[in-house]
Amino acid sequence: MSSVLYDAPGPRARRNTLIFTVIALVALAGVVALAIVQLGRNGQLDSAKWGPIFNPGNQYFLAVWKSLGTGLLVTVEAAAITLVLALAIGTVLSVLRFTSTPAYRWLVVGVVELLRGLPVVITIYFASRVLPELGVKLPPLWYLVIGLTAYNCVIIAEILRSGIAALPRGQSEAAYAVGMSRFQVLRLILLPQAFRIMLPALISQLVVIVKDTSLGFLVVAGFSEFVRAANTVIQFFGGSEGINLPLQMYLAVAIVFILINYSLGKLAEYIDRRSSRSKKAVADVATPPVLVDAGIGRGAD
Amino acid sequence: MDALIAEFPRFVGGFLGTLRLCLFAAIGALILGTVLAAFRVSPVPPLRFVGQAWVTVFRNSPLVVTLFIFAFGLPQVGIVFPTFGGNAFFWPGVAGLICYTAAFVCEAVRSGINSVPPGQAEAARAVGLTFQQTLGTVVLPQAFRTVVPPLGSVIIAMIKNSAIVGAFGVTGELFSVDAGNTALGYSALSSLTGVAIAYLVITIPAGIALGVIERKIEVKR
Repeated sequence: MSSVLYDAPGPRARRNTLIFTVIALVALAGVVALAIVQLGRNGQLDSAKWGPIFNPGNQYFLAVWKSLGTGLLVTVEAAAITLVLALAIGTVLSVLRFTSTPAYRWLVVGVVELLRGLPVVITIYFASRVLPELGVKLPPLWYLVIGLTAYNCVIIAEILRSGIAALPRGQSEAAYAVGMSRFQVLRLILLPQAFRIMLPALISQLVVIVKDTSLGFLVVAGFSEFVRAANTVIQFFGGSEGINLPLQMYLAVAIVFILINYSLGKLAEYIDRRSSRSKKAVADVATPPVLVDAGIGRGAD
Repeated sequence: MDALIAEFPRFVGGFLGTLRLCLFAAIGALILGTVLAAFRVSPVPPLRFVGQAWVTVFRNSPLVVTLFIFAFGLPQVGIVFPTFGGNAFFWPGVAGLICYTAAFVCEAVRSGINSVPPGQAEAARAVGLTFQQTLGTVVLPQAFRTVVPPLGSVIIAMIKNSAIVGAFGVTGELFSVDAGNTALGYSALSSLTGVAIAYLVITIPAGIALGVIERKIEVKR
């Protein structure tokens, strides 16, 4: 691979690269072999452990995936409701922040900073423990949704804000010049464009939401989503069947999450590429929005 | 807010526990993430593959699942972590958090290196600087400046994610403070408000400091 750091590799550089490639391949093969030996030595390669999850011919296969599927549906449901609520509230927050007078703006900023600084697992736990204590009894799904929404709506508000900030000033100046009010400028000119350019960031945030639904398993009592369904399967096999398959089961869970989120990530990339091609005018004038910046969210949640 | 006042020492203990957990995890994640970033820009294809695969796997799976595999899956293959102060979940938790965060560190560092305009390195080579000089005096100093803000965000996110490790069963950490309070009969509202404040005490100043640093080292291009 040529890089800006190097000139195009000559014969010696190419030979070195080849040597390192071989060394790396050997090392990689060694690690894989070691892992397989280690798995085998601990009896983790038994078909009894993999079959129920990965072999359609296995007697348990259908039942296992049926219960996993039920859990996955709950996960998708929670993520979808959260996305809709967080988008709505996040938009309202960004509107409030934009249109309010400085006297009130600090209030919105305060709420945003407060919720953004909390771990999402704390907001979910807070919802699931404090709401019942205050007499608000809801189905467990809603504790998860409320906790997730509280965190993600402020992230979405921030994404929209950086989207608005990335628009050329001429957009709002022109709108003001034709006599629009501050709210009209926002609703008719700025927000629609901000949504468009920040769509990839919003999809990335959806990945975060999907991942974070798994926290419902940790801190919301009696809530059966994907990870808990997996856990129930593990307990079933560990109990009545005497087969310990946590490794295999969690690998399957990870694979499902990776498939979902990888596709969402690719979708975000695709939209990003497409819109940056079609809307050169906007993208060139403005600083392109920095996605990493758009949410601590995209950081490492 | 009775729990907050009466159990203040417990909160302080949990606060320090979280900082300790995060210190281990941050050091590990920064080192591992930088190595992975080096893999991803290296000219050796298998290494690039490893870096790419690591990022794809860990960035797309929930931290909870990663932690489960470290804590319950790996012991099945004979990999048992030592206990830490009698707690069996500490090292699996730290290891899981490191592997997860390293993927994000890798992306931040890599995009930092890529953000240095090619002209900079080309110009350096054109005036006759060697590879080491190009990297050391031209590319890395600029990459460092663009890397710091996203890296800071990653570390702040990691501190927040450490709560998941706490919820997972690491005692002596902020999240676990609540369990102790609940056992004593304090209300969830007072106990969890205390925990929330303790996290804000870390994350909000960290965010402000990051903003200041960001403005200080910003490169105008």
